[in-house]
Amino acid sequence: MSADLLPEHPDFLWRNPEPKSSYDAVIVGGGGHGLATAYYLAKNHGMTNIVVLEKGWLAGGNMARNTTIIRSNYLWDESAAIYEHALKLWEILPEELEYDFLFSQRGVMNLAHTLGDVRESIRRVGANKLNGVDAEWLEPDQVKELCPILNISDNIRYPVMGATYQPRAGIAKHDHVAWAFARKCDELGVDIIQNCEVTGFLKDGNRVVGVKTNRGTINTEKVGLCAAGHSSVLAEMAGFRLPIQSHPLQALVSELHEPVHPTVVMSNHVHVYVSQAHKGELVMGAGVDSYNGYGQRGSFHVIENQMAAAVELFPIFARAHVLRTWGGIVDTTLDASPIVGTTPVENMFVNCGWGTGGFKGTPAAGLTFAHTIATGAPHKLNKPFALERFETGALIDEHGAAAVAH
Amino acid sequence: MLLISCPNCGSRDETEFHYGGQAHVPYPENPNELNDREWAEFLFYRDNTKGVFAERWLHSTGCRQWFNMLRDTVSYDIQAVYPMGTPRPAAAAAAAESGTASLAADSTTTGSAGPSTSATSIAETSTNASSTTAPEGATK
Repeated sequence: MSADLLPEHPDFLWRNPEPKSSYDAVIVGGGGHGLATAYYLAKNHGMTNIVVLEKGWLAGGNMARNTTIIRSNYLWDESAAIYEHALKLWEILPEELEYDFLFSQRGVMNLAHTLGDVRESIRRVGANKLNGVDAEWLEPDQVKELCPILNISDNIRYPVMGATYQPRAGIAKHDHVAWAFARKCDELGVDIIQNCEVTGFLKDGNRVVGVKTNRGTINTEKVGLCAAGHSSVLAEMAGFRLPIQSHPLQALVSELHEPVHPTVVMSNHVHVYVSQAHKGELVMGAGVDSYNGYGQRGSFHVIENQMAAAVELFPIFARAHVLRTWGGIVDTTLDASPIVGTTPVENMFVNCGWGTGGFKGTPAAGLTFAHTIATGAPHKLNKPFALERFETGALIDEHGAAAVAH
Repeated sequence: MLLISCPNCGSRDETEFHYGGQAHVPYPENPNELNDREWAEFLFYRDNTKGVFAERWLHSTGCRQWFNMLRDTVSYDIQAVYPMGTPRPAAAAAAAESGTASLAADSTTTGSAGPSTSATSIAETSTNASSTTAPEGATK
């Protein structure tokens, strides 16, 4: 792809101001969710005296480490609602942000390899249709038609017995998504401060009134936490606990290839998911390490299992070379659903627990979280995802639709 | 991949083991008296320490025995392996306090070629009788 097709170089997309001593709201975390939250705070709620604090570089955490897949084929009503809203936002955002982040609706297949998979998948297709989410059940020959390089032979260990298919799903170029949000945030007056690490919080009684950072103290009326894998570390600084466990999740890319892989293929059962990036790399996701970790690297055997599954499903991958592997830190909850809402600390709000599915939820997470920060009350889409559900027992058990077992 | 020193079988690859989450979480002594908040704490809330973390492991394809382990969740160094029912080794517990509060850049450059499997006999620090019969904090 020639350079003139790519958007402007990021250096010129936002200012790098010094932090002010006071803001109306502080967003902790300059990844996709933090930037989307700041964007919707400014656009929908008129809050422009706000700042996004990022301890490293803009969008250098999980936003730069995911496999860029966007879909909304979740089982439960609550999840289908928020992820489908996200997908509808993805469909209009390139125009709204005036920035082409190469959103490609090439469809996503979720493979079924056992009779149990088949039954669960057909049930999910039905649930999706009832929720207005586009979904189809495909027989193996239809799977092969959509993705000819897939091996649908009966003679492999976990043969393809069919797949769910969501045609509107797809991929986007994740770094460009972040730059698109950052550029618009900047235009609306939002300060984005990189290399600014939060080291503590100032409280007046149980109300948060400021944020301590390595670049000085910032007074504020509201704090929104969007720190993904580090959410529980921040919560501990603020004096409350989150039902979150952080695990390394690995992914890898191959060297560049001619277009061979026309859609996105995911398999929860043998645990691999693959798409081909716009430039030509095969992008593959692996599983999470079972143990807690913050090291942004994972165990080799997880990659080994993923590659074995990939080569069995896609025999031509045996000739591809791995270019690089990496890990992100995902914050998982016991019902595999996110936490978006208020916290035990007054005026402090949390958006976390998206586990392995945060990227696809970015616009809806930002929109609903901005609503909660601005009004102090839940948006109808994030209300079911409140922290209180772990007390009331109204869990949203999405392990079956999460694509990565965690 | 972690090289884990099973107290019964010696050093084996991580793939032989099963992770069991945070160690030293006692079952409520009087479950009937717990309110919803306390049940939520017991069922869903666990420490998510950035630093030295006490956790349970099962040697599922070996001796099939559970044991406890102190492991750094940033460097993945294994600092101690000790039997179920014995208290968390005291020296490393202090290190965990500082590790938890740290938001320092992720240190993926620990310099060690692999996880340490030394200090497998810290269990000897647990000499009092009560600590060998019940997990720490079991009398909630």
